[in-house]
Amino acid sequence: MKPAPFDYVRCDSLDEAAQVIEQNGDAARILAGGQSLMPMLNMRLAQPAVLVDIMPATDARQITVDKAVLHVGAGVRQADLLAWPGLGAAAPLLARSLPWVGHTQTRARGTICGSIAHADPSSELPLTLAALGGTVILRRGNKRRKVAAADFFMGMMLTDKADDEVIEAVEFPQMPAGTGTGFREVGRRKGDFAIVACAALISNDRVRLAIGGVNDTPVLHDWDTLDPSDEAEALNALAWSLDARADLHASARYRRDLVRNLGATALKEARQCAA
Amino acid sequence: MRRLNADQRHTVTLTLNGQLVEGQATPRMLLSDFLRHELAATGTHVGCEHGVCGACTLRIDGSMARSCLTLAVQVDGAVVDTVEGLAPAPDRLSVLQESFRKNHALQCGFCTAGILMSLDTLLRDTPDVNEDQIRDVLSGHLCRCTGYQAILNAALEAAETISKETKDA
Amino acid sequence: MLGGTPNPAMLRVEDAPLVTGRGRFFDDLPTPRAALHAAILRSPHAHACIQSIDTSAARALKGIHSVIIGDDYAQVAAPLMVGVKLPIQCWPIARDKVRYTGEPVAVVLAADRYLAEDALDLIKVEYDVFPPVIDPLLALGDDAPILHDEMGVNLGSERQFSYGDPDAAFATADHITEISVRYPRNSCTPIETYGVLAEWHPHDQAYDVSANFQGPFSIHPVIARALNVPGNRLRLKTPEDSGGSFGVKQGVFPYIALLGACARIADRPVKWVEDRLEHLTASVSATNRAITLRAAVTKSGRVTALAYDQVEDVGAYLRAPEPATLYRMHGNLCGAYDIPNLSVRNRIVMTNKTPTGLNRGFGGPQIYFALERLMQRVAVDLALDPLDVIRTNLIGTQSFPYRTASGATYDSGDYTQAVERAVSDGAYKALLARRDDARAEGRIYGIGLTAAVEPSVSNMGYLSTALTPAERAKAGPKNGAQSCATISIDPVGSVSAQIDSVPQGQGHKTIVAGIIADRLGLDPKAIRVTAAMDTAKDAWSIAAGNYSSRFAAASAGAVRIAADRLRDRIAQIAAAQLNVTPEDIEFAGGKVFSIANPDASLSFSRVASAAHWAPATLPDGVGSPIRETAIWTAPELTAPTEGDGINSSLCHAFIFDFCGVEIDPVTHEVRIDRYVTMHDCGTILHEGMVEGQIRGAFAHAVGAALFEEYAYADDGAFLAGTFADYPVPTIHEIPDLQILHICTPSPLTPLGAKGVGEGNCMSTPVCIANAVADALAPAHGPLDLTLPLSPTRIADLLADERPAPEGQMTAPEPNGKGLSGQGEARVDASPQQIWDLLMDADQLAAMIPGAHGVKQITPTRFVADVTLGVGPVKGRYRVDVGLSDLVEPHSAVLTGKASGALGTGSGTGTVTLTPDEQGGTVISYRYEAAVGGKVAAVGGRLLDGAAKIVIGQFFAALGRKAGGQAPKQGLMVRLRALLGGAR
Repeated sequence: MKPAPFDYVRCDSLDEAAQVIEQNGDAARILAGGQSLMPMLNMRLAQPAVLVDIMPATDARQITVDKAVLHVGAGVRQADLLAWPGLGAAAPLLARSLPWVGHTQTRARGTICGSIAHADPSSELPLTLAALGGTVILRRGNKRRKVAAADFFMGMMLTDKADDEVIEAVEFPQMPAGTGTGFREVGRRKGDFAIVACAALISNDRVRLAIGGVNDTPVLHDWDTLDPSDEAEALNALAWSLDARADLHASARYRRDLVRNLGATALKEARQCAA
Repeated sequence: MRRLNADQRHTVTLTLNGQLVEGQATPRMLLSDFLRHELAATGTHVGCEHGVCGACTLRIDGSMARSCLTLAVQVDGAVVDTVEGLAPAPDRLSVLQESFRKNHALQCGFCTAGILMSLDTLLRDTPDVNEDQIRDVLSGHLCRCTGYQAILNAALEAAETISKETKDA
Repeated sequence: MLGGTPNPAMLRVEDAPLVTGRGRFFDDLPTPRAALHAAILRSPHAHACIQSIDTSAARALKGIHSVIIGDDYAQVAAPLMVGVKLPIQCWPIARDKVRYTGEPVAVVLAADRYLAEDALDLIKVEYDVFPPVIDPLLALGDDAPILHDEMGVNLGSERQFSYGDPDAAFATADHITEISVRYPRNSCTPIETYGVLAEWHPHDQAYDVSANFQGPFSIHPVIARALNVPGNRLRLKTPEDSGGSFGVKQGVFPYIALLGACARIADRPVKWVEDRLEHLTASVSATNRAITLRAAVTKSGRVTALAYDQVEDVGAYLRAPEPATLYRMHGNLCGAYDIPNLSVRNRIVMTNKTPTGLNRGFGGPQIYFALERLMQRVAVDLALDPLDVIRTNLIGTQSFPYRTASGATYDSGDYTQAVERAVSDGAYKALLARRDDARAEGRIYGIGLTAAVEPSVSNMGYLSTALTPAERAKAGPKNGAQSCATISIDPVGSVSAQIDSVPQGQGHKTIVAGIIADRLGLDPKAIRVTAAMDTAKDAWSIAAGNYSSRFAAASAGAVRIAADRLRDRIAQIAAAQLNVTPEDIEFAGGKVFSIANPDASLSFSRVASAAHWAPATLPDGVGSPIRETAIWTAPELTAPTEGDGINSSLCHAFIFDFCGVEIDPVTHEVRIDRYVTMHDCGTILHEGMVEGQIRGAFAHAVGAALFEEYAYADDGAFLAGTFADYPVPTIHEIPDLQILHICTPSPLTPLGAKGVGEGNCMSTPVCIANAVADALAPAHGPLDLTLPLSPTRIADLLADERPAPEGQMTAPEPNGKGLSGQGEARVDASPQQIWDLLMDADQLAAMIPGAHGVKQITPTRFVADVTLGVGPVKGRYRVDVGLSDLVEPHSAVLTGKASGALGTGSGTGTVTLTPDEQGGTVISYRYEAAVGGKVAAVGGRLLDGAAKIVIGQFFAALGRKAGGQAPKQGLMVRLRALLGGAR
């Protein structure tokens, strides 16, 4: 289990990285925290010709809040954001979901944007970004475009990012005051990829449940209002509307069970939080 | 920007357990292999090479890291700490190491290097560490011998000793 | 505490090097500069004929020394022999056929491992793939695929046994309870993988091998025979430290033969370190077993007879020391119960899975899963308290030594006391109340119980029970279990010891130092113990090694005997010098002195070293104390009798467990609320180590009960190739437990100790299963349970799923057989236009995602090189696509096969073209695909989505071509729209 050969490019800025990626396209991959990509390299599932290390790029390490949007640069590690004092206020849902990402040891290296770029449907950060209606800032050379999370995630590890683009940052919009948040997840073990993860957001005019681990991308479902007495029926309808997969660890039926049960728990948590 | 050619070996210089050392690595060489086979620092062990078992955990610039998910060329210029650097002197043990011995927190000792590095980092960074925090960090490691309870006991005891020593000092 | 046992709280001498990174594990040891590094190409198929192997591109790569295949091996080495003679050949590398996913096919020897893996990707193997058989019961069927043509069947061995009069007992029984269970494949997966360094010395015609092998050394002659050398020309060394084994490192031995042969062929030292994917896929595992077990029972719950029907799945080859997993427990088939009548039918079957071998518990988990599930079912059937059913059937305290129906002698025990103590000290009544309270609140809570006998110190003769008495007579008797220990005294009187137990973390060196120190009156720190084995220099026999929990009972006993012999001699020397009798001599504090007159004292080192400096001063008739090797076997370990009675093990510890579990109503996870384990392992040599063994075995058992399985797809693909897919529990999943002890020392072992390392692997999985059964019983009645009891399995046991709201469309249910899916897309073209596209080689080529170099073989068959993948996961495959069942212009069937370094795939898709009212066409498709090799083992979670994407890309391209215009949106958005339209 050793990687195939590749050139290694150490970038001191995102400008440099964007340039190298634009030139090399599909043959190059960005190396950020490496917690998703490196296992794939070791198993030779991925064999890029060029690896572009953006972690030395100091301009990629920004965490800022501007106009009620939390802006997280490409080089921000998950542990950095988790330790950032403003997280709870800026993005309470993210504060709930981030501790579920891997383990302390992997969060110490893994980046927020790397997880988004990897677009694993079982992973917590794409789910959170989608639930919050966040955006991904993509760069091709010096040209930037913003893509809504709903359009960004297109399939299993498949995103709207073109091969010659890099993610410069992601943005998590702040929810209106009084929004309640809930996050629940079930994996085989703590720290594993989710079998099902549920993020709930409840505000005055909307009840949102976002589901990860079931379809190939995070799924959002909104209700204008959801009376607790209708909830079980609504969650059942939602569960059956999904394209539940079966794999080694979970049957399609179990995934639907979790949408029903865990969804209710996440909604309850959000409701309590909003109250 | 610096581009390192795939086929060549490149000099990697780092501070390993307080000593400035250097070695040669192709871009694809894993840090775990570089330490063990290039620098002959065999205390860091390799258990899965996909980042799950935790045996190869060490510290890069003060943070825990899986050395099997890190390239040797990435630590050029970095400060790397491994299990070989934990003891205060060759014939002595750190508080945590001593506590592992006292509590039978290891059997075969293969996964132990990584566990010690995670716990050492946690105890260093978290003055009033609690059991949940210890459990959470330990959940990033697989141990097949002990059933974990003895490791937890050792960590709790070490935390208490360190906390007492800090207060006394 | 008996004399000769160490301080039970003594710190381990092993620990300081291990916590400071100074361990001496296999891969920490120096590698010869001339060594080549090996990587192994493995079969992606479970069952296939090797048509050709092209290694030219691999050999041409810079840094590659050689590539070795099965025929090369056969030039210098032979197949691996096995105890039960079958007309099959068990090669450590495939010859003309592969029989399990992961079977070695070629070995690359290179300057380093990275380069060796580069070359693996360049080896081209053509396979003719056969249908595999994965299920052991299906493998016995008349039309099952046959693994070994020489056999004609997959049944490797069948034996029937009858002890007492089981027929009469069943005929007169008040009640008969029967269960059928399956025990799954799992493994204790040590964190250190296998490692082998092999050298060939042509002028000696001898091999030097270092490997983290764990024994039994009965395997040594198997390896020597395979390498075509006498035993003295296979020098096998084990490192001082080993990173866990739990039986599993017995399975390194085929690689010793394989890499030994490679070293000989290459004329260079060869080193190989197994990686985790290799380990999980192809090292070794416990056997999976199908058992039907019947009990003849009286009204009061007394079991008078048992009837076992066992089908043991040993994987693709019956490989040494199998069928030991099946026969290790043969003397213990009635467990802790006094059951005089027993019938057994044992069948051994081969399937297209990795060959099995040692794994902690070794045969015990399989037996007790059946026996203790049965005992619980007896209680349910007869409406009795399960604790009372256990009590009723336990072997009585006065019955020891107890002879079991199948011939084992239980050396000592007080099962009733152990159970009653556990019930009181473990607060069983409180647990019952806890269950009542939980159930009153509507929670799903259950209690499980298990009684088990844990055998230790295997009789090397038990395996011959698999042979008929006539076959045994022909093969010659096999029995006993020799333990060897050597103690040496050097010229300054310091003491060293060498043991044959090959520890993998159990702390043997500490115990041995303690025993010797106690006998010789020395500080344990003064004793230096070596655990590294060297078959050229150390005392060993076939029984050497770290298995069947033999250390405390046997190896430590041999140490004690050697220490006693030295003590006697030194006492005689000292007595002569002090003018006292040897009986008056005592050893303490580094002194040897007269009890009657303690002032008459000599330093131990001076007396002990006298044999070096002045042998003439030794009293007449006193042997030299320079070195003593004790070789000990228990006379009780006799060969199987004419009537197939077998004392399969020397010692028999007792375990009684109970636990309370709760099933989470939201997640369906099983949470262990409380676990109590009572052990009687005889004399405890070291409390901390015994606790460590119990906790470690318990953790393995929780993994086996709730998490771990070496899962295979029906097509033989291995699905658990990473620690993400083989979920070894972390600290979050392992609860605390209460450990209790009573002690009835074994009268048969030098220290009174019995084994303790495997018991919970035997008792705990079924105890948890019994608790889950009890938890579900109020709502669901008696259930058949299969391990691991994962939440998804529990979900299926609970109530039927709530149906979809009326009228709601739902996604098609996965059929559980590989990947499947369906979809449809509408394009602005007529069916005929689309048909023409599909039938046009060039057009079709352009639509296959990532295709290059398309060749049309026949009008309806194409081959191409295709780069397939999603996200960063990309691989190059050789793809072979055929069209059939053509109904122009309405429907066609596409059949495809792909193979590449990442694995293999095959699939069938049906395309239907239906015109719609707008003049366009609705293309609908459904497909079924199977994927094997590495990508199935490590990327199973991703495959479904990946298949959808690749197939979606094909139809997107088809739509684009047929539509005759560039898509307005980005391809991917369009693709998503297409796929989205599927449902």
